[in-house]
Amino acid sequence: MKLMAYLQSLKAKFFRREQLAGEMDEEVRSHIELRADDLERSGLSRAEAERRARIEFGAAERVKDESYEALGGHFLDTLQQDLRFAVRMLRKSPSFTALAVLTLALAIGANAVVFGVMNGLVLRPLNVPHGENLWGTAYGEDPGFQSYPNYKDLRDRNHSFQDLAAFNFAFVGLDTGGDPSIATGYATTGNYFDVLETHPYLGRFFSAADEHGPNSAPYLVLSYAYWHSRFQDDRTVIGRVVQVNKHPFTIIGVGPPGFGGTLLFGSIDFFMPIVNQEQVDGESLTTRGTSHEIFETFGHLKPGVTPESALADVNAVGAYLEKTYPKEFSQKTAYLGRVGLTSFDTAVHEFVTGLMVLAGLILLAACANLGSLFAARAADRSREVALRLALGSNRRRILRQLLTEAVLISLMGGAVGLAGSVALLKQLSVWRPFPVAPLVIPVSPDARVYVVALALALVSGFLFGIVPVRQVLRANPYEIVKAGSSARLGRKITVRDVLLVGQIAICAVLVTASFVAVRGLVRSLNGKLGFEPQHAMLVSTNLQMAGYRSDEALAMEKRMMQAIEGIPGVEHVGLVNGYPPLVYAAAERSSVFREETSDLRAVNAAFAPYKYEVSPGYFRAAGTALLAGRDFDWHDDKDAPAVAVVTREFAVRMFGSVNGAVGRYFKMMDGSRVEIVGVVEDGKYLSLTEDLDAAMFLSWLRSPASDIDLAVRSSRDPQQLAADIRTQIHAIDSGLPVDTSTYASQLDVVLFPARMATLALGVLGALGAILSITGIFGMAAYSVSKRMRELGIRIALGGRRKEVLQTALGRAFKLLAVGSAAGLVLGILAARVLAYIVYQASPRDPLVLTGVVLAMGLLGLLATWIPARRALAVDPLILLREE
Amino acid sequence: MTDQAQLLPGTLDLLILKAVSLGPLHGYGVLLRIGQISGQALLIEQGALYPALFKLVRQGFLKASWGTSENNRRAKFYELTAAGRKSLRDETEEWKRVASAMGAALAARPEEV
Repeated sequence: MKLMAYLQSLKAKFFRREQLAGEMDEEVRSHIELRADDLERSGLSRAEAERRARIEFGAAERVKDESYEALGGHFLDTLQQDLRFAVRMLRKSPSFTALAVLTLALAIGANAVVFGVMNGLVLRPLNVPHGENLWGTAYGEDPGFQSYPNYKDLRDRNHSFQDLAAFNFAFVGLDTGGDPSIATGYATTGNYFDVLETHPYLGRFFSAADEHGPNSAPYLVLSYAYWHSRFQDDRTVIGRVVQVNKHPFTIIGVGPPGFGGTLLFGSIDFFMPIVNQEQVDGESLTTRGTSHEIFETFGHLKPGVTPESALADVNAVGAYLEKTYPKEFSQKTAYLGRVGLTSFDTAVHEFVTGLMVLAGLILLAACANLGSLFAARAADRSREVALRLALGSNRRRILRQLLTEAVLISLMGGAVGLAGSVALLKQLSVWRPFPVAPLVIPVSPDARVYVVALALALVSGFLFGIVPVRQVLRANPYEIVKAGSSARLGRKITVRDVLLVGQIAICAVLVTASFVAVRGLVRSLNGKLGFEPQHAMLVSTNLQMAGYRSDEALAMEKRMMQAIEGIPGVEHVGLVNGYPPLVYAAAERSSVFREETSDLRAVNAAFAPYKYEVSPGYFRAAGTALLAGRDFDWHDDKDAPAVAVVTREFAVRMFGSVNGAVGRYFKMMDGSRVEIVGVVEDGKYLSLTEDLDAAMFLSWLRSPASDIDLAVRSSRDPQQLAADIRTQIHAIDSGLPVDTSTYASQLDVVLFPARMATLALGVLGALGAILSITGIFGMAAYSVSKRMRELGIRIALGGRRKEVLQTALGRAFKLLAVGSAAGLVLGILAARVLAYIVYQASPRDPLVLTGVVLAMGLLGLLATWIPARRALAVDPLILLREE
Repeated sequence: MTDQAQLLPGTLDLLILKAVSLGPLHGYGVLLRIGQISGQALLIEQGALYPALFKLVRQGFLKASWGTSENNRRAKFYELTAAGRKSLRDETEEWKRVASAMGAALAARPEEV
């Protein structure tokens, strides 16, 4: 009731201003007439009565003003006035306004972008019901529970999850009738959709009830996006039979829109039951010792179960498995993570948090920058402020006015920054960085991004707005009016100096960080990979997609190698099962034992090197140097004794030296003895940032696989070569899908995180540099303009250029030096964090140190260039005449 | 003016509420009514009346509507709302309490201390 009355009076005040004024007039008039009526009755003439009534009433305007104020909403009224005044002030100094708005737009934009990324990757749960309570279990370095039997044990023996689903990737040839093409999907456990609690858009999902042993459920569920692009929203696909790697599968359903699987970074084409995986890629689900059958395991926690107790539960199951299957299972520490990022969870968290901190620093620097600008402005306006104080305005009112100006600027900057960042985020979210992988960056902006940007703008507005508060509160109007605005030029350290030093320090941190990142990237690009990606082409194929049985693979693959060898310009051809090192971060490890070890439990393993199966000639084709012994030859097949080529690290770890290793033996998990026949150089296998690790190469002739990569070394033009390779392979079998790409382009995928990190840090560093330029420039220009008169006198008295410059800019440079030094030290301390993301990020690198010092010096020169010119160009005569 | 009592701060609102509680009034009528019920002891400064009226409307204690006065002039009439009636009751209680306390305090004699 009261509130309604209040709102109505506000409404009247702000929206019916004219009417209200009219009513007030009329009420006053009616009052005076009523009074005049009374006076007239007491015997006065009408004219005299009205005159007396008006005099009695007093100043009608004041009454109306006071009544108007009594209507409430004084706050809004003042705000309106303040805003109008602020706009006028800002329009009076457009360059100041532009500089301030731009500074904030950059800072808030950077924050909004980083927050958008954080929002998309960390804060936003998967687009499924109760996504926030969905937990994935990761085990050791690898996600999931590694093998299907282990998954089943975890599912049945844990007490924490409502149910557990799991999936693995499936890359298949999908033939809908005449147009075979490669499709990417998940092979999932039957309960996958039930665990996710999603519902099909069309048809039905498969469920645990469809699973009746191996290859019992030849069903496909299409993702909405794939159904849209490949089947053009054709509703009749339900029930259609398509060929998956030449096996018939029935399409039974289409997933909901916006759901492309349970990984944030990729949207996939289809889902199939994992029990049918053997049919498609020959992987049997019965092996316990393998680690690549399950990519991720996840489920909702039961009500009341905390992630901590669930983790203990998972570890307990791990301990049970280790005791029960000592050979195949070695206990590692499990951890729970958000579904969608799996084992990248921690890395992404740390990276995004790091970025957020840096972006926050940018905003802080921008606030310091603007704070000192505002303080300078307030000092310039001290005369105006003093006058207003002297005329009876109160200090609160003046501060409010200044704060309104600050917030107005911050809101404008925020709006510009937000617009820019939203555009950038939208670009990012539709960006497909690699044609070869279905990778997406799910960062489309939502309401949260807008709210955060607005909040940041307001907070920063208040932050830099309150810098001049002390100045105004302590202002003594009498002194200031008497002395004029250029009165004090004390030598004492001012708030502005502190702000500038702080700001430069922050900027130096950012510049250091970006230098460290760039240097790290350059190093990782030049680091030893263990192969030579230049002039190497990768040909990827999967014979199963063309319906070959696994016992036909060896002969067919030999024919393919021979055909490619015959192409003119091809120097070497080699084959590797699966993917070669550093492609798709898909390396497999296998435990090895010393020859004398007889108890082959997982805990007794010497170590677990990366394992590859390669053909004779692979090392030459990949460009891997042979250090000792020999390459494989065509006799190292099933009938010959098992042999291996190992890396230097392997040899050193097991035998102490490279030469001592050749001719020696080690044992595999199944107890078989393997002779080392050669040693090759060390390399990188999973990621560029990994530590030196061991790897072994076994003979592909002993265990040929269907999905293979051929490495082809040739200095011919890659495109022509690729066309020739396709022609040759299609001459052997026209139904075989083949992917060709250069080894270097495949490395782009591995380099992507490092590149993105470097790009992000580089951009932040550049922002830091820009801020320090504007900061120093503002300070230098201000101090020159304040001391024009002094400089004029110095020049008139014959002061030398050097002295003049020192007077004008000495302070700016001193502050710059102090700030940079502080920033450099902080940067070195902070850069430890960077080591996590950026390969070999070492801030103690002399090159980085020199670079930062040089960069900050250059920035200082750049920023003081114009003020210095102005100081030197001072014409004493004109100046002295002016005052 | 000298024989009229000075208004204590905050009492104007109370007087207006009281005056209006006796029947809807226009602004000038409020002045007359206060004079009348206070035996001409309390006279309100004309300029102070309207801000007070506007404030009471804003607070929801009064509502205003245009009407015609007894001598056929258009005027804005104020009347009490339910909230205004309650406020009048509360404020009157409060005033009586303060007044009797003041009376007791001022009537105190040395032997009572």
